[in-house]
Amino acid sequence: MNAANHMGFIVASYAAAIAVVGVLIAWVTLDYRAQRLRLADLEMRGVTRRSGPVRSERAIEQAKEKA
Amino acid sequence: MAIADLANPSRFLSFANRTIPWLGGLTLIVFAYGIDQAMLAPDDYQQGATVKIMFLHVPSAWLGMLGWGVMSVAALGTLVWRHPLADVAAKAAAPIGAAFTLLCLVTGSLWGRPEWGTYWVWDARLTSELVLLLLYLGVIALWRTVEDPSRAARAAAILTLVGAIDLPIIKFSVDWWNTLHQGSSVFRVGGSTIDSSILIPLFIMATAFTLLFFTLHLAAMRNEILRRRVRTLRLLQASAAS
Repeated sequence: MNAANHMGFIVASYAAAIAVVGVLIAWVTLDYRAQRLRLADLEMRGVTRRSGPVRSERAIEQAKEKA
Repeated sequence: MAIADLANPSRFLSFANRTIPWLGGLTLIVFAYGIDQAMLAPDDYQQGATVKIMFLHVPSAWLGMLGWGVMSVAALGTLVWRHPLADVAAKAAAPIGAAFTLLCLVTGSLWGRPEWGTYWVWDARLTSELVLLLLYLGVIALWRTVEDPSRAARAAAILTLVGAIDLPIIKFSVDWWNTLHQGSSVFRVGGSTIDSSILIPLFIMATAFTLLFFTLHLAAMRNEILRRRVRTLRLLQASAAS
């Protein structure tokens, strides 16, 4: 079977894999950033859980800056 | 740290924060080695260079099924023990499993065109794999439709366990029905029919994809725990304001 004839199918398969894996990595990374920002924003407003505050690094940094 | 300790979301977050960078690094190394070995693997005597698609297609197919397997175990955790971390594990696995199932279908289609002369046929293996993708989309839609996470988790758990019937159908479809898709060639009675020069790179790529799955799953579980904390804080904020 001629490799050159089918190179397009092979390249398209690897491109699809890169795209799918890239989207998954981007999804978990951006979602993590968004949740941390939301959590830090709420903590800065003084909203804490009943079990006690679990401060994010950003909230701690901002609190330190204020002090 | 005992495994039971990980059932506590705060301890799980701490574990995930420490583990994800190492697991991600290991995934990258195994992928680099796997791709190198896959590119060096010889062409198949019948399929030629298109056998290189197998190094993506087969691991994607396995992970699509593994994802639903993880969700099924988590569904039992939801329904039997009602543990919130089981809900988190199930919800986090769904988009990842769906993505690998989609990749399996796309790469299979691109492999099928030069080998079979068509991108798609409604044979039992391809159709049952498509059903798995639709099941994944159904579970994701269910999670998004029901606002209360614990109610959504129970509904999704039932759908997941019902959908698990599709897993043996996918696996044995090539034995039970006459399909255009080839029969089992890796895990079969009498040993694999694939030569070791192609089988070993396939296993390395499968290991890399599996590590990627668990890295992404751990990261997605961490995100889901944080999302639930945000939700709880917003509810507390709203109740304090009213």
